[in-house]
Amino acid sequence: MSSTVLLIGGCALVTAVIKAVGPVALGGRELPERFTGVIALMAPALLAALVVTAALANGDRLAVGPDTAGVAVGGLVAWRTGSIIGCVIVAAAVTALLRAAA
Amino acid sequence: MSVRSERQARESTLLEGVRAGIPFAIAGGLLAASFGVVAQEAGLSPVAAIAMSAIVFAGSAQFAAVAIIDEGGTVGAAVAAAALMNSRFLPMGVALGPSLPGGALRRAAQGQAVVDASWALASRGDGTFDRMMLLGSSAIQYVTWTTGTVLGAIWGEKLGDPERLGLDAIYPAFFLALLLIEMKSRRALGVAALGALIALVLIPVAPAGVPVLVASLASLVGLHRRMR
Repeated sequence: MSSTVLLIGGCALVTAVIKAVGPVALGGRELPERFTGVIALMAPALLAALVVTAALANGDRLAVGPDTAGVAVGGLVAWRTGSIIGCVIVAAAVTALLRAAA
Repeated sequence: MSVRSERQARESTLLEGVRAGIPFAIAGGLLAASFGVVAQEAGLSPVAAIAMSAIVFAGSAQFAAVAIIDEGGTVGAAVAAAALMNSRFLPMGVALGPSLPGGALRRAAQGQAVVDASWALASRGDGTFDRMMLLGSSAIQYVTWTTGTVLGAIWGEKLGDPERLGLDAIYPAFFLALLLIEMKSRRALGVAALGALIALVLIPVAPAGVPVLVASLASLVGLHRRMR
C-alpha cells in the first residue's frame, strides 16, 4: 500500500511542479517582443510533435497503422472545410472502419 | 478561421470553455475507462486507480507510470517516466505564463489546468492565451477523466476496447486540425516541419516524452525575427 501512495504522490508532485514552473517564472509581466515571437511559434512546434508521436509511433517504435490513415483523412477534412469537429469525427470513423475491415 | 480571429478580441466565458471541451472530455472519459482497466492489471486497487486519476490528472503520464509498474519497474522509475512524459507542460507553461494574472501562487494554481487539448484550444495564435477557455475546457475534461476511471475500475472488462472505436485517433486529429489552422505564415510552416522532424528522429532513441519536449525548441527560430 505504501508504494502505491508513493507512486500516486510522486506522480502528482512532479506533474504539479512541472505545470507551475512557467506560470510562476513568467507571469504578470511584459515580455520582450522577441520572446513573444518564440511563444507564438511554440504551438506549431508542439502540435506537430504531438501529431507525429500520437499518429506515427507506437511507444518508441515508428508505426504506421489505421490511426495514421484516419488522422490523415481527418487532416484533409480540416484543410478543405476548416472544421475541427469534422476532422476529429472523420479520423475516428476511418480508423474504426479500417480496424473492423482488418 | 474566422471563429479564431473573433475570439482574439475578447475573453471567452467559462461556459464557452466547457462547451468547447466536450468532444475531448468524451474521448478522455473513454480513455480514462481503459486506464481503470490497465491500472488494475498492473496491480493497483480500484480505489488507487481512481485516486491517481483524481489527483494526477495527466493521462499519458499515468499510462506511462503504470506500464513501468506492470513491467516490474520501481516506483522511482515510474515517477521518472511520468515526469518525462509531462515535460511538454514545461514549454506550454512558459508560453501560458504571461497571460495569467494574479500572484505567483494563483498563477501556479491556474497553471495546473494545462492539459494538451485545453492549452491548444486556449492558444490564440499570437502568443497570448484565453484563460477562461483553458479553465472551462479543463474542468469538463477533469470531470469525465475521473468518472471514466471510476467506470473502468469497476466495470472495466465490459466496456470493450476504445481502440476498436478509433478513439485513439481523436487527439492526433485534433492537434492536426489546430496545426493546419496555425499555418498562416511560412515561418509557422517551417517551425512545424522542424518540430515534426525532431520528434520523428528522437522517437526510436529517446525515452517517451522527450521527443515532444525537444521539438518545442524549434520555436526558437522566432528569435531571428528581427534579423531578416
